[in-house]
Amino acid sequence: MSYRNDPYDPKQVALLDPAALAEAVATAEKAFAEAADPDALTALRPAHLGDRSPISLARREIGALPPAAKSDAGKRVNEARRAVEAAYAARQEVLDREQAQRVLVEERVDVTLPHDRRPRGARHPISTLMEQVSDLFVGMGYEVAEGPEVELEWTNFDALNIPADHPARGLMDTFHVAAPEGTEGSGLVLRTHTSPVQARTMLTRRPPIYVIVPGRVYRTDELDATHAPVFHQVEGLVVDRGITMAHLRGTLDHFARAMFGEGAKTRFRPHYFPFTEPSAEFDVWFPEHRDGPRWVEWGGCGMVNPRVLRACGIDPEVYSGFAFGMGIDRTVMFRHGVSDMRDMAEGDVRFTRSFGVGA
Amino acid sequence: MRVSVSWLREYVDLPAGLPTADLEQALVGLGIEVESVADLRETVTGALVVGEVLQIEELTGFKKPIRFCRVDVGDANGTGEPQEIVCGARNFVPGDRVVVILPGGVLPGGFAIGARRTYGRNSNGMICSAKELGLGDDHSGIIVLPEDTPAKPGDDARPVVGLDDVVVEVEITPDRGYAMSVRGLARELSHALGVPFRDPGLAPAPGGTDTPAYPVEVRDTVGCDRFAARLVRGVDPAAPTPGWMQRRLTAAGIRSISLPVDITNYVMLELGQPMHAFDADRIAGPLVVRRAGAGEKLTTLDGVTRALAPEDMVICDAGLPNSLAGEGTGVPISLAAVMGGETSEVVPGTVNVLFEAAHWDAVMVGRTARRHKLFSEAAKRWERGVDPALPLVAIERAVRLLTEHAGGAAGDEILDLDHVRPRTPVVLPVDLPSRRIGVSYPPARVVALLEQAGCTVVRGADRLAEDPGEVGVGAGADDALSVTPPTWRPDLTDPADLVEEVVRLDGYDEVPSVLPTAPPGRGLTWQQRRRRAVARSLAERGYVEVLAHPFVAPGLADQLGLPADDERRRAVRLANPLSEEEPLLRTTLLGPLLGIVRRNLGRGQRDLALYEIGAVFHPRPGAGRPPTMGVDRRPTDEEFAAADAVVPDQPRHVAVVLTGDVEPAGWWGAGRPAGWADAVQAGRDVLAAAEVPAERIEVRAAEHAPWHPGRCAELLVDGTVVGHAGELHPAVVAALELPRRTSAMEIDLDVLPAPPVASAPVVSGFPPALIDVALVVDSSVPAEQVQQALVEGAGGLLEGVRLFDVYASEQLGAGRRSLAYKLTFRAPDRTLTVKEAVAARDAAVARAAERFGATLRGG
Repeated sequence: MSYRNDPYDPKQVALLDPAALAEAVATAEKAFAEAADPDALTALRPAHLGDRSPISLARREIGALPPAAKSDAGKRVNEARRAVEAAYAARQEVLDREQAQRVLVEERVDVTLPHDRRPRGARHPISTLMEQVSDLFVGMGYEVAEGPEVELEWTNFDALNIPADHPARGLMDTFHVAAPEGTEGSGLVLRTHTSPVQARTMLTRRPPIYVIVPGRVYRTDELDATHAPVFHQVEGLVVDRGITMAHLRGTLDHFARAMFGEGAKTRFRPHYFPFTEPSAEFDVWFPEHRDGPRWVEWGGCGMVNPRVLRACGIDPEVYSGFAFGMGIDRTVMFRHGVSDMRDMAEGDVRFTRSFGVGA
Repeated sequence: MRVSVSWLREYVDLPAGLPTADLEQALVGLGIEVESVADLRETVTGALVVGEVLQIEELTGFKKPIRFCRVDVGDANGTGEPQEIVCGARNFVPGDRVVVILPGGVLPGGFAIGARRTYGRNSNGMICSAKELGLGDDHSGIIVLPEDTPAKPGDDARPVVGLDDVVVEVEITPDRGYAMSVRGLARELSHALGVPFRDPGLAPAPGGTDTPAYPVEVRDTVGCDRFAARLVRGVDPAAPTPGWMQRRLTAAGIRSISLPVDITNYVMLELGQPMHAFDADRIAGPLVVRRAGAGEKLTTLDGVTRALAPEDMVICDAGLPNSLAGEGTGVPISLAAVMGGETSEVVPGTVNVLFEAAHWDAVMVGRTARRHKLFSEAAKRWERGVDPALPLVAIERAVRLLTEHAGGAAGDEILDLDHVRPRTPVVLPVDLPSRRIGVSYPPARVVALLEQAGCTVVRGADRLAEDPGEVGVGAGADDALSVTPPTWRPDLTDPADLVEEVVRLDGYDEVPSVLPTAPPGRGLTWQQRRRRAVARSLAERGYVEVLAHPFVAPGLADQLGLPADDERRRAVRLANPLSEEEPLLRTTLLGPLLGIVRRNLGRGQRDLALYEIGAVFHPRPGAGRPPTMGVDRRPTDEEFAAADAVVPDQPRHVAVVLTGDVEPAGWWGAGRPAGWADAVQAGRDVLAAAEVPAERIEVRAAEHAPWHPGRCAELLVDGTVVGHAGELHPAVVAALELPRRTSAMEIDLDVLPAPPVASAPVVSGFPPALIDVALVVDSSVPAEQVQQALVEGAGGLLEGVRLFDVYASEQLGAGRRSLAYKLTFRAPDRTLTVKEAVAARDAAVARAAERFGATLRGG
């Protein structure tokens, strides 16, 4: 027996023993399973899959086998290596997934923390309501008409059939503009209603006229819970052929439903306004009033007095018209349950902020 | 006016037991606003019964005489035994019937009655005075019922003393003078409820006699177109006003004065005809009715001596010499139609009463009442129109009441100077009500409704020939009605007035609801859309809208530090401001807005960003008065333009004010205080929201009150200043007691040009070349101008430029600073080479260097 001629040394090829390979695989699988995180797993790789790992060492010994045994041994070693590789990959996938999960958990924040670094402001509910009303009527084909707040007495009164000595003028509690020195009467007032815009509109447009007039008006009332010297109205004017009081009512019913819900409707009460004849005050049935469904006084309306049409150059034989108006402040008050007029005028940001920017 | 329903019932057959809600609805349905309905039955609760005084025992030894009474109250006390009551009044004797409230009852004012021990006796209830029952002011004694009162002990006393009545308070519109009377309200209720009405205004009355009751001369028949008078001689001056009349006057809110005066008030309330009662013995001579003369004076019944104006109508005593107005003019003794004078009024000893009932011009009375601020009950009625057919009826009613209750003899002579012109019929096309209302009223219905209102209606146009009236009749003559309104409806002058009567009496509820179709509209104007965009933009950026009142004090201009010649010092002044301290209208939004800032600060709000969009008011100096324009026709364009030229310029401005933190402190760190930069940025934001193209906007330093001269920007569009922004001047902040560094912005929205149609840019898909440059310039060079130079120099390849750092240091040297810009270059058609980009950068820098001596830092 010669060493040279017989290189086979069972001691040297013990690593190729199937049992030894199986143990190497099992040892690796156990070690991988115990790795707690991807880094620990990576650290195990040299020991089980590196050049000095049992399986790599076993592969080296294949050369020492007799040719007949080489094929079997090679197969065994490859299978063992694949098994360890697979175990490593599987464990790595698990650990990577766990790690990703852990990062997401670690990065968790308190999403309820506020971040209003530039808080929104707010629009006054009166402005918002005036826009809503305008939009409703613009959608019906009306246009928004405007006029000055310091107004001619002529447009505020005379043209509207309120002559100088009519008691209705006295009821208006008018702010008068002081006359220039040495003259008597300026002929100017702070408009007491939006109605002078009716006159201006009829002087500058030809029928058919369909306009809505939101605006600021003035009366000499001290500011208290129910009065203000400055308030807002919205006024509608229609002048066309064949306009009737039924059209007025239909328009107000539509308006009421748009503002106060499908259940809303209007009720007319005879009244007196110099610029309309017949005239009415109207109430709205407000189903969602916070104190329960009820009639609420809403505004005044009527058929444009032919005298007004004539003063504005519109032939009352050919055209007729209707007009209506209501207080915006009052509407905001009963629609939103505002109990004190002063809240609307004083500009306290806590009041206005509660209404937001509006839509 | 307030009126008791029992009075109405005398003339209209209201259903028995008509619920007050139905009464209210009936009035409201006809256009009479109901202020309140008070059921007097509810004012006294518990047993209020008629009692008969059986025995009176005088109790002595107290501070005042006291009576211990035994009163028969029938079975009302449950026992039938006499009720024992202690009473302090002395105006009754055994046998009198009185009004007793038994224990458990409550008098007006919540005064509860119980059984109690007083003055050493048990008192089980109370014998009532008129005042205690809320029936008047009389507290001189208890109520002793008249002998003929049909009531026995134990009966409910309410009907006996008038506490079964209902008092209605109504508000009468300025067109319906006739409704300020029992007569008018009864008529209206008869319409509403369809019940019979007896018109007291049509009661028979003797006509005027050839011999006057008293010599009277009316010198102005326009101011006074009817004057009637009658004398009653020898009345009992001590005759009291009957209780029922007092109660009705009290219910109406009128104080009882004396029988003759009470009668004139009673007749006024009943018929609507204001009257006057003179003491004939306190007039020296004939009466003259005329306009007042300059310098004349009169002391009216309220004790006020009034300087009369030449337009006032007065009744004068021609028996008194008048050195001012001349012989025969007499001295004013009554401010006609408004208030009588002291010297001729009825007094406690009056025995000869001259009743006067006239008809005065409504406009004259209105002017007089306003001039003297004397809105008497009479004036209120005259101003709204009084039936000219009433004077003789009223006088007859007054004379009968007076002679019935105070004796005396009415003179046979009746004065009636009647210049009233007959009413002109109104021509009404019979189909006009249908055409105006949208309800089909058959002609017969129209006629019936107008007749119900008291009109005389004639079919056809035969009565029209003389006066075709206001409206030419389009329809054939047969289709027109000739309508003569009743004398009590001076408001019915136009066909439209008659249309209203038709729909009012037919019922407003009958008007159907039909939505008309408007022609297509053009939507909001660009100005209207712009205001909305600006408002919304500011609100989204943190500003809270306020709607400030525009009234300001004259001292505000000084507080704002406005120069003497500043146009904002010229303000529109009100003749009758609410507060004498704030008679001016704002010329800048800032004054009122800063006031609201202060109010919020006072309420503990420290961080404030407010905005307002509203008008400011600039008078037109030397514009004078607008020309007088009538209303019988349209003013010409020239006439209206001339009038409109007097109306102050009222541009709409937008303003913001900031104080405190604009960004609040939070868990993220400290807050950021608001400052000049926020205000300037608000200005830029407004211009952006207004769609003013960025390249047409310029921002530059300015000195402009009320801003800090070193921290104020003016904002220009197309080279025109449109507003200012920055920090407020420290002196202004101090004067207005605002927090330091308060900042503000104000822009005139009306001068901004219309937004152009934006043209779209070419969006290149090629990669950009980004180059940063830091330029060192003199600190006085505005960043905006450096950037402008870069943009001009860089040429068409420059896509964007942004200032990202501003830096000063010792190294740079005093008065120098570094401005670092990020330049983005890009070509529309190719990837830029480095060489191209650098060339463009160099050109940009070169322009800045050339213009401002800018040098590249570190380059």
